[in-house]
Amino acid sequence: MPEVGQENFEPRLVAFCCHYCAFAAADLAGVLRLKYPSNVRIIRLPCTGKLDALYLLKAFEVGVDGVMVAGCLEGSCHFISGNLRAKKRVQATQELLKRIGIEQERLEFFNLSSAQGNRFAQIAHEMTLRVRALGPLHHAALAANPAAVAKGSG
Amino acid sequence: MTGESNLKRILESAGFAVTAELGPPKGADRHVIENGAKLLGDWVDAINITDNQTAVTRMSSLSACAIVKSMGLDPVLQITARDRNALAIQSDILGASALGIRNVLCLTGDHISMGNHPKSKGVHDIDSIQMVQMVRKMRDEGVFLSGDRITGEKPAVFIGAAENPLAPPPEFRVVRLGKKANAGADFIQTQVIFDVERFRVFMAQVRERKLHEKLAILPGVMPVKSAKVMNYMNTKVPGVRVPDELIQRMQASPDAKAEGVTICVQLIQALKEIEGVRGVHIMAVQWEEVVPEIVERACVRKKQPVGKFA
Amino acid sequence: MIVADQKPLEEILQMLASYKRVLVLGCQSCVAVCMAGGEKEVGIMASAIRLARRQQGRDVEIVEGAAKRQCDDEFNEPFAGTIEKQEAVLSLACGVGVNKLSERFALPILPALNTRFFGEVERQGVWTEVCAGCGQCILHLTGGICPIARCAKNLLNGPCGGVRDDGTCEVKPDLQCAWILIYNRLQQLNRLDYLAEIMPAKDWSADRAGGGPRKRVREDMML
Ligand code: SF4
Ligand code: SF4
Repeated sequence: MPEVGQENFEPRLVAFCCHYCAFAAADLAGVLRLKYPSNVRIIRLPCTGKLDALYLLKAFEVGVDGVMVAGCLEGSCHFISGNLRAKKRVQATQELLKRIGIEQERLEFFNLSSAQGNRFAQIAHEMTLRVRALGPLHHAALAANPAAVAKGSG
Repeated sequence: MTGESNLKRILESAGFAVTAELGPPKGADRHVIENGAKLLGDWVDAINITDNQTAVTRMSSLSACAIVKSMGLDPVLQITARDRNALAIQSDILGASALGIRNVLCLTGDHISMGNHPKSKGVHDIDSIQMVQMVRKMRDEGVFLSGDRITGEKPAVFIGAAENPLAPPPEFRVVRLGKKANAGADFIQTQVIFDVERFRVFMAQVRERKLHEKLAILPGVMPVKSAKVMNYMNTKVPGVRVPDELIQRMQASPDAKAEGVTICVQLIQALKEIEGVRGVHIMAVQWEEVVPEIVERACVRKKQPVGKFA
Repeated sequence: MIVADQKPLEEILQMLASYKRVLVLGCQSCVAVCMAGGEKEVGIMASAIRLARRQQGRDVEIVEGAAKRQCDDEFNEPFAGTIEKQEAVLSLACGVGVNKLSERFALPILPALNTRFFGEVERQGVWTEVCAGCGQCILHLTGGICPIARCAKNLLNGPCGGVRDDGTCEVKPDLQCAWILIYNRLQQLNRLDYLAEIMPAKDWSADRAGGGPRKRVREDMML
């Protein structure tokens, strides 16, 4: 059962990061040698405004356990309002996740600036703890029918 | 009572007409209508029976009118375009006439979403002006809306319509009244008036177009029980404006109900003086018992010499 | 365009509950423009269904596609081979597309959308009904603003007494009274005289109310 040994479970996380802020912040975290969980994969976007629900769902479909979206601080988007739109899309997708039967806490939106290497490391850490507590995605399916998950589809 | 409309007789003899509204019950008890009609009968020339008022289902206007008629009184059958299509309205007009009901008031009706069946479908086959025109053609030309001919007796009804003179657009309301006159309306009962000055301006526009010669205008009045109700009327009811002075009077009065009656009496007296006003329509929603007092104090009508229900 | 909404996912999942092979077929016309059933929505829908079914531990095989116009056999034909291999089709077209596919194919065609109305794009993300397809257009008399679709009571001689002082309709505080809009527009066009004429009762026989489904035939265009 996934619950067993959950504290050792290493969740796979994806972070969709805006090129101008969060991606730079992650970079800075690296330069500063700040420790953040190695299981976070970063995907760079020209702006979080590029994001749509399909990116997020696909990430879950290919097997990640949690998704974070990180855009610029409100008021500092290089494309004026890309981060505000992304925030609304993330909210709509959280709603959809709930209908799908997936905990909406597995998806979260953050704002940060390029100078906040620290904050990036902290967010990655927090998200890892949160998703670890939730356990692996598809554990319901695993329990019911391991083959279905192993095979995947689409 | 003869087969004539009493309301028509009063208006044609240049009398000052008094009509009052009576809402049918949300049940099948005929006594509600009988008691209301008894109360009003000695004091008014005709009694309007509302048609599913505020889009809330009630006893049908036609049946309540038949009860009023059987008591020797003169009912006004209100018909909304919301609940009936042209076929149903025309058959009701024929039926009403056969029952001796001699007045109809053609209305659009409040929208169905405002009442107790918001999920039902509003009809709106025709609008109120088209209804007036349709009824006039039935009466005067003996033809239905479709052009088909009425067989035998034509319906003998006095045709009314409503108007909300102070609703927007201000310049257009009088034009729309003109459309109702052209459609064939004989009389108009208006939305409740509290702002006599603004109504006076409207009536000046009416006289300019000589519409007061084509139709009899009966402004609506309403006795209110509290400053709160008056405020509600002022802010929430389309086309109703209440001057601050009246609201203040209601607030200041130790007996708001009595003040409400007095204001209503004074409004009638002021409206009566406006050229072209031919009567008054009292809408005492569920407070019909004050109507006799209002009529008497406004000096527009003495109790009928031979009280039918004395 | 025809404006539609997606049904709640739960309702769709229920429709699909007994099927394991499903084509999710969008339409690249109206419903793509109103972001309810185009290619992108097909992708999101398919992904959501897969995830949900995986959560339930019940596998499903989904094929995705989008016809140019689902209301026309010609554009559905390329999918015929795929469709015949499925147990069901989830159509993200308007109701017309669902009907069209149902006439052509023997398997269940399920609606993913609630088809709503003919609408204009008021602004990005907002669509508004402005024509009800009554079959007897009178826009030349009303300054191009339709009272059939936009007046809650279908009045032809409005505005009614329910219009509020700020020009909104009695039905909803955020709804502009169609007849105030018509009045203002005719004033702008200097044609207020139109409103002095009584507009006669509408000929509803051209409307849907007039006798079930309507048909348009052009002999000269038939093959
Ligand atoms: S009049 Fe009829 S056809 Fe013309 S816009 Fe209105 S509903 Fe559409
Ligand atoms: S307020 Fe205007 S839009 Fe609303 S029902 Fe009346 S006329 Fe029609």
